[in-house]
Amino acid sequence: MVGVGGQGIILASDILGEAALAAGYDVKKTDTLGMAQRGGSVVSHMRIAEKVWSPLIKEGEADIVLAFEKLEAARWGRYLRPGGVAIINHHAMPPLSVSLGTHCYPDDEEIRDMLKRRTERIYFVEGARKAIELGDIRVLNMVMLGCTSLLLPINVRTWKECMSQRIPSKILKVNFTAFDLGRKEASDVNLR
Amino acid sequence: MAKTKRLLSGNEALALGAYHAGVMVAAAYPGTPSTEILEAMAKFDDIYAEWSTNEKVAMELGMGAAYAGVRALVSLKQVGLNVASDPFMSAAITGVNAGMVVISADDPGIHSTQSEQDNRHYAKFAKVPMLEPSDSQEAYDFMTYAFDISEEFDTPVLLRTTTRISHSKSVVEVNRSRAMNARQSGFRHDLEKYVMLPVYARLRAPLMEDRLVKLAAYAESFPLNTILWGGRRLGVVTSGVAYQYAREVFPDASFLKLGMTYPLPRNLLRQFASEVDRMIAVEELTPFLQENIRALGMEVTGKEFIPSVGELNQRIIEEGGFRAGLLPEPSARREEDIVPELPGRPPTLCSGCPHTGIFFVLSTMGQRSKLLDSDGKAQKELKLIITGDIGCYTLATYPPLLAMDTTACMGASIGQALGMEKAGVASKVIAVIGDSTFLHSGITGVVDGVYNKAGITIIILDNSTTAMTGHQDHPGTGISAQGKKTRAVELEPLVRGIGVEDVKVVDAFNVKALRAAVRSSIDSPEMSVIIVRGDCPVHVRKQSEPMAVDAEKCDRCGTCLKIGCPAIQKEGEVVHIDTNLCVGDACTICQQLCPDRAIALLSSLAGGKPK
Repeated sequence: MVGVGGQGIILASDILGEAALAAGYDVKKTDTLGMAQRGGSVVSHMRIAEKVWSPLIKEGEADIVLAFEKLEAARWGRYLRPGGVAIINHHAMPPLSVSLGTHCYPDDEEIRDMLKRRTERIYFVEGARKAIELGDIRVLNMVMLGCTSLLLPINVRTWKECMSQRIPSKILKVNFTAFDLGRKEASDVNLR
Repeated sequence: MAKTKRLLSGNEALALGAYHAGVMVAAAYPGTPSTEILEAMAKFDDIYAEWSTNEKVAMELGMGAAYAGVRALVSLKQVGLNVASDPFMSAAITGVNAGMVVISADDPGIHSTQSEQDNRHYAKFAKVPMLEPSDSQEAYDFMTYAFDISEEFDTPVLLRTTTRISHSKSVVEVNRSRAMNARQSGFRHDLEKYVMLPVYARLRAPLMEDRLVKLAAYAESFPLNTILWGGRRLGVVTSGVAYQYAREVFPDASFLKLGMTYPLPRNLLRQFASEVDRMIAVEELTPFLQENIRALGMEVTGKEFIPSVGELNQRIIEEGGFRAGLLPEPSARREEDIVPELPGRPPTLCSGCPHTGIFFVLSTMGQRSKLLDSDGKAQKELKLIITGDIGCYTLATYPPLLAMDTTACMGASIGQALGMEKAGVASKVIAVIGDSTFLHSGITGVVDGVYNKAGITIIILDNSTTAMTGHQDHPGTGISAQGKKTRAVELEPLVRGIGVEDVKVVDAFNVKALRAAVRSSIDSPEMSVIIVRGDCPVHVRKQSEPMAVDAEKCDRCGTCLKIGCPAIQKEGEVVHIDTNLCVGDACTICQQLCPDRAIALLSSLAGGKPK
């Protein structure tokens, strides 16, 4: 799970891990946060199996790369195994170096080409748009989680139980809606 | 009690383990990757947990609590143990009475530290035992052992974790509850044990040697040192997270997994070595295991093919295994693995950060803006040196601000500034330090400056929190680690009390006032302190309306981009403000700087709903 600091990736991966544990799996997850609260590149490795040793995923072995931001999808695409699935929030957050004019932000085709070295299974989803439609960009993480849920052997009830344990009750409903919208979006783009 | 399975980070597991082991007093100063340990301890309301002023005080507090008969936990990051090494060495010689465990959270790979250091050497240096968990379950389980060892052998125990252990989550079977035999406090007077006058210290020094001998014997049958037999051609000695990587890379090997990495179990190692064709050590950073095993008279390799620098992972060990002739050649990096040239995304000061204004001002003074030209010649003309410190503000080093010249360790900005001035540099020297860091170890630098008649300027960036590590309270905030209201240490009377006469307090979001304050301090030969005060927007979230750029008024001069605010973005030639990031009227720095008056509150822009 990759993106930009502040996008709620850690909470999303916590909920994913807890849901996988509740579904009976061994789970290890590890977050690479860098040094800042916000704005840096964030990567969360998540491993789910009968038995997990290392918390880190080896490059070229990830089944899924869930990208909350397009540039980060390109940056971390090399972690995908051949034929793995890239789910990408169709949303750009240009880093400072782009605004300062020292670097260029790649366009969608360039990003697609980079990922194509690994897989044909590349799905852009309207995560940010859906979250903004729900009135709060911060539910983006649950939209993205909803997308991924379609590929994981965890039932919706378990997902929602785990969400309700981690999300304050007054904003739980909108997060549930975000999750459902994400799941539907994934199904609309024929993710599975 | 009923067993439950929970997904816990290494830090959460360490805290829960310590709580269940009966800890009564816990102390720490925030520092990645150790911070969450004390945060978790602080949630238990039947113990005492505090953010100490700094790690040295935390260690001394732990000593005092243990001397007084209750179990104590001190948690710190790798460089925190440097700060606390003086009392740590003293605790090692006096011993402890009740159990005392010191957690050192090291940072291989330098995710968020100023250096890469292997604190396992502290165990050997201080002659104390060391445990190293390899996942959250062990982090939880090892705590009980650590406290029992501490009391049985009358020694502080070093529990060494790393970023990858502390910040990874894995499944923990919680199978204990809090020990009900938590001891009553009570100090037993014992001058020969607790007063380290040379005459008594000389009596205790040999006891430390005896203790090590006994610990080494204990290590032989210590249940957390285990042999996992596999194939006998290769035997891997390992500990910590390296064990997890090695299990995947060498699935057919035998393993000697060490839970206690100092002192080492000589006989167990001999037995292992004698039953495998070849013994290797897989460990992160320095050849600590390797050298100590060799010192026991056994042949072992490791660092000949596994790097001594940086964090390990499966791939690095696999490549090492190939170089050592242990594994076939790993599938070479295919062409598609080559990382494409992409714009980097280093961490930045947040939008609305109270540090942005002052660093923008500094970046425009003393011809520092020439740094932007990035040609070496320009640097000679700089008339301002800025010594920096540890905190979010260190990010002002990056373009476009480029407003920091040094960063070393907590509090160093002030001492370094004094040294530069005394060395006779022609430029004005300004030390920049955050409020939490100032209270941690900046105060003594001010005392030095007053005493030795310095003329430096010290800027204290007071955002009333320890922001970098996730907004912990500190002595200046008026709130304790356990959320209780307490007396806040005030910076202004503090520095005045030391003897600084020129003390100014300036609003962090008023560029004009910031510039005037810095200008007057630069022009004055006296030592001065400028306290720049403003809330961290991530900590104190205020309802505010975002700013926007009026495209008709904007002449694309790019001034607003020079403050490095992540909300101000340029796509093509058009500058716009990301309304999801902008904190608007809580900041307004870009608005104050725009020469065309093209930045205004979103609602005030007639009809022009910008992108």
